[in-house]
Formats: sequence, C-alpha cells, structure tokens
Amino acid sequence: MRHVSLILRFISYLACLMACFSSLVYADSLAVDMAFLTEKMPHPPALSNLDPVLSDAGVQGAILATKDNNTTGMFTGHHYELKRVDVPFGEGVVSEFERLVADGYQYVVADVQTASLKKLSAIAKANNILLFNVSSTDGELRNESCSLNTFHIIPSDEMKADALAQLMLKKRWKKWFLVKGADQEDRRFTKAIKRSAARFGMKLVEEKTWNFDHDARRTAQAEIPVFTQGADYDVLLVADVKGLFGEYLTMNTWRPRPVIGTQGLVPRAWHRTHERWGAVQMQNRFYKQAGRWMNDIDYSSWLAVRAIGEAVTRTNSVKVEEVKKFMLSDQFSLAGFKGVKLTFRQWNQQLRQPILLAMPRATVSVLPHKEFLHPRTYLDTLGYDEPESTCRL
Amino acid sequence: MNKYVVILLMFFSTLSVADTLYITLEKDNALAVVDGETGKLLKTVPLGQRPRGIAFSKDQTHLYVAASDDDTIQILDATTLKVVGHLPSGDDPELFKIHPNGLWLYVSNEDDNKVTVIDLQKKIAIAEIAVGVEPEGIAIAQDGQWVVNTSETTNMVHWIDPQDQLVKDNTLVDPRPRAAEFSVDGQWLFVSSEIAGSLSRIDVSNKQVSAKLHFKIAGVDDELIQPVGVLAHPNNELLFVALGPANRVAVVDIKTMTVKKYLLVGQRVWNLAFSPDMKRLYTTNGVSNDISIIDVDKLKVTKSVRVGHYPWGIAVKDESGESSSASSLRLEPSKP
Repeated sequence: MRHVSLILRFISYLACLMACFSSLVYADSLAVDMAFLTEKMPHPPALSNLDPVLSDAGVQGAILATKDNNTTGMFTGHHYELKRVDVPFGEGVVSEFERLVADGYQYVVADVQTASLKKLSAIAKANNILLFNVSSTDGELRNESCSLNTFHIIPSDEMKADALAQLMLKKRWKKWFLVKGADQEDRRFTKAIKRSAARFGMKLVEEKTWNFDHDARRTAQAEIPVFTQGADYDVLLVADVKGLFGEYLTMNTWRPRPVIGTQGLVPRAWHRTHERWGAVQMQNRFYKQAGRWMNDIDYSSWLAVRAIGEAVTRTNSVKVEEVKKFMLSDQFSLAGFKGVKLTFRQWNQQLRQPILLAMPRATVSVLPHKEFLHPRTYLDTLGYDEPESTCRL
Repeated sequence: MNKYVVILLMFFSTLSVADTLYITLEKDNALAVVDGETGKLLKTVPLGQRPRGIAFSKDQTHLYVAASDDDTIQILDATTLKVVGHLPSGDDPELFKIHPNGLWLYVSNEDDNKVTVIDLQKKIAIAEIAVGVEPEGIAIAQDGQWVVNTSETTNMVHWIDPQDQLVKDNTLVDPRPRAAEFSVDGQWLFVSSEIAGSLSRIDVSNKQVSAKLHFKIAGVDDELIQPVGVLAHPNNELLFVALGPANRVAVVDIKTMTVKKYLLVGQRVWNLAFSPDMKRLYTTNGVSNDISIIDVDKLKVTKSVRVGHYPWGIAVKDESGESSSASSLRLEPSKP
C-alpha cells in the first residue's frame, strides 16, 4: 500500500492569530475535521509542453479555503483542519476512504475518477458522511447515479455545453461542425454537446472523429484544412478533453471559422482571466499561496470547503444532518466571485453557478445571460433542470 | 430687460450652493471633475492605477485617492489636483475613511486581511488590525467611538475601538457584506450584503442584528439585486442603498426598514454622495460609465452625466468651503 498521507495543521497559524484575539475567542469551540482525497490520474501524453503537470490540483484550493474558514473561525471559535490523502490511480481509493471514515472524518472532498466516486458515494451514504465531488463532470453522477450524501461542486459537462450553446444562440452562430476525439471522455463531452445543441436549436452540419495518431505539431498545417472541408458552418466545435489535437485546429481550418469547445473558446468554472466581482482578490490570494493560477478543480475545492465553513458558521454545529439541511435550505448562499449567490439544486445536489467562457487571454462572456429566463432562477438554464433530471433525492 | 436677467442670475448664484464632484475612474486611471449643479464634466486628471476610494482631508486642502494597483493612497492638492505625496496604505487599498479627529485614516487591505490605520500628519502606518478575509467597507461613528470594518468572505462586521485600535466585537451578517454606515444619531449601523441581497440594521448598543430587509423588485431577478453603497440622510429617517446590477437606488425608511421607492439609475450603481445643501444625491454607475443625479426632495432622477470608464468613488466639495464625500460624509443631523 503506497500512499502519501500528509496532515496539514493550521494550529500554529491559528495560535498566533488567536493570541491577538484571545479576549474574543468563544468559550465553546468547535473542531471541524475535513479530508481531501486525491486519486492520482495518469497524465495524458502532452501535446504541448507549455502547461506544467500539477501535483497539487484541487488541494491548493482546499488549503486556501481552510485558511479562510479559520480566519472566520477565530471570531466564532470554530477550528478547521484538513487532512490530505493521495492515492495512486486505481489503487485502494476505497480502502483509503474507509480508513478516513473509521478515523471519524465526516466531511470528505474528493478529487477522484467517476467510477471511484460512485463507490465512495455508497459508503458515504451508509456511514452518513458528506462527500464533495470537485472533479468529475460526468452527467451520470447528477442523474441515475446520484447519491444522497454527495454534493457536486464542479459544473457538469452539460452545464458547460449549455453555456457554449447559449452564447452561440445569442451570436446566431447556429451551424456547428463537430470534431471529436475517440476516447471515453470525448464521447461524454460529445453527448453533452449534442444535448445542448438540441436544447438550444443548434444544427450539427458535420460530425467527424479525429483518429489520426501522428504528431499534430508536424502535420497540422497539412492535415487539418483537408479534414475540415465539407458543409459550411458557423463554428467548429471540438471535443478533445485531454488536449491531444484540439489546440491545432485554430487557424488551420479550411474556412475562416472560430473554434469553441474543449479548445479555443472554452467553458470553465474558473479561469485566470476572470477578474470581475472581486475575483482579482481570489486570484491574487491563490497565486501567492500556490505559485500558479487557479484551475476548475482548485476553485471547486475552495468552494467545497467554504460551503462546509459557511454551514458550520451559520448553524454553529458540526453535525452532518444540520450542516446538510442548512446547505440545501433557502438560507444557504455561497459567495464565489461570480456576481451571484451560489446555491445547491435540491434535486441532485449540484451547485448552481455561472460558467465563464474564456480565451487564453480574455474572459469573453459569463453565462447564463439574464435573457435566458427560468421560473426559478436563470442559473437553472444550465445543465439538468428538475424536470429533466432522473435523480430524485 | 438684460438688467433683470443679470439680477435674476445673481439671485440664483447666491441662492444655490455650488459644488464640485471628484469621481475616480477605475479603468481610466483618472479623476473626473464635474460641476454638481449643471452636471457638466469640467476636466479629467490622471491618477495612479485603478483609483477607487476617495475623500477630502478634514480641512479640505487635500484629496486622498486609493490607487489600488499601485498599493498606495495618493495625496492630491485639492486646488491644483497635482499629486503631492503618498500614504503607506498597505497592499491593494480600496475603501477608506477618515476619523472625525481628522488624524487617522482607516483603510482595508483586501489581499492581506487587515485594516491599516495611518497617521495623516506623520504619514506613517500606526496600526495594522487583523480582520476577516477580504476586508471591504469601513464606517466610523460620528462621535468617533467606533470604527467598523466588513469582511466579504468571513461575512462579519468587526468592531474596532479607536482608543487602542483593537477589535472588540464581531457581528455575523449575510453573505458578502460590502458597505457599512452609521445612523446619524449613532444608534444603528447599516450593512449591505451583496450576495444575499439584504440590508442589516445592527443595534450599536448590543452589536446584534435588530432588523433585516430583503430587497425585491418586480421584474428584476433576485440574483441581480446586489446592495453595495449605503448613505444615511442627515434627517435620520432615510437611507439610500445602491443596488449594483439591479440599476436602482433603494430609498429605505430606517425605522420600519421598508423600501419607500426604487429609483432607476445607471448600470451597476456603486457609491453615493450628497450635495452639500442636501438637494442632490449623486451615484456612480460602474458599467454605464456615468453618474446619475437625483433630486433628494422629490426622490426623482433628474440627469445622467457621462464621466469616463468605471466611475467608482465620489467626493463632493462645497465651493463655499465645506466638503462631503461618499467615503467620509459627516453632516450634522438637521434641527427639528
């Protein structure tokens, strides 16, 4: 059993701060123990060497949020600790989770693959543990495989695809040329894209699978113009989740058309170009701590730990039942630097949130626009709405 | 005939008190100077990067401007509008207020979870106060006994005692508290919560929330109602609350905590300031790049003036010698 177990303690940090505030510390202090479980995914072959391989995605967001919670905690007498557990891909993620459960952890933030999350959800439900999904975007987890004690913080593929489709509808760029990769994740994203296309009246005029297996760096100029010939279209939609070829489509297409999807204009929960609604402060704090920019998993992990903190602060309780009840209630609202309050969908426990559509150097738009009407909240125009979801919790 | 016109003009010029507005333009790195009465943009003066909070010194000889991205507060000569010095504000200064003693300036440092207290005479930081995550609004009671700071991510109001510059109490409020404002009689503190869309009224004597108002506007999504700037009328009856992307200013009756009226202004209304004679209310509208002018007696929007990109803070100078500002408005309650 090879695993890295690192306990991150904020006691010294807290003690120093508390010394200044000793007169303020409430007599009845509460301890909140949280765990961050990472299943180390195998790295895809890099198309480009521009992006460093991250060993701390997600957990950095959780660490920052734990600090934030503890700053609040010094005024309320609440104390948060985060235990970090890394498990190699495919090895004993379940047994490691069971160990956390046995050690009494009731709040677990999970950055694991979809198949693992399904197994953890069942254990969480049986043991009354709250599990926070911060990385799996699979729609299945929000539908037939939803689970009572699992909260989804990261937006689903369907929420992201709907954001793209909404902007395309607004631009009237309704004819799509779809280029998809061949692996399982690409098929899943393609499914979400097709669902959104049908939902918002987009037309797929061409659909092609990219299965060239040579190095795109050498052949992009020759191959892609030929590959993208065919019916006329408004935008080229690419489904290449791992980033094996998508970056080379822009400026190499036969027709002069923009590229959107997993490359080009991309839907994101967070992006380094996002700076509205106080996001600059968040970007700075994160960069100062991690030495790199925040990504979707970091942001989702930050939100997960902040959601726990918010519920504990308001209920003044660490009991799972009370925290969960509060999170799903009307009183719960989380500030996530996106200009609106973030709340949970009661039917599948997905966090409602706007999606950023970004280019490498600019945030193009934040969706949904308020013109997309909904009887409950315009945020529910993204992803599986209550009547569409097959999840009933 | 002409003689009468001249006399008439002279009559008006002595009756109405002229005022000049100084508005920071966050994206232009500049200061817009506007005549309050006519709404005319007089000139634009360059400032440091990302200027936000703005206020006059107590004697009105200087203007302080928080240049957030330069990590400093610039000191401007109020007549020449030239930069004559800097204050050690700490990182990313945004909102600040000046204590009624005219000596201490309180500024929130969003990135460092601190409030810095600056001695305006010696131009040095005399205290750094640890507060919650992302400190934002500052309010100071007119009698100078309390300074409060709101922290956006911790969702609290921190009560600072200026005697020893220590936090003495904390009040939990709704998510993302922004501006705070004491009632003119010092009995209440009002705090806007941007994400919750609410206004809390806190009893200063026990530091507890005594009443809460959730804003509702027909035809406007709840998510878009984001209260930010708050300004108390000296009559101790009305409170004006800027509602951000709801593009409205709410006129609140502070006793009943109900909305008397919503006034439609420019887009993403942010900060507020009165004219010295209390006839006009000015609003900075971040997205529509203008200011709105409101007739305070009639509660009607009379004008909007284009001033530049992302107007943020506003300070008002009474050309007869008095001054007020969004950041440091200190007026006496009107006599009954």
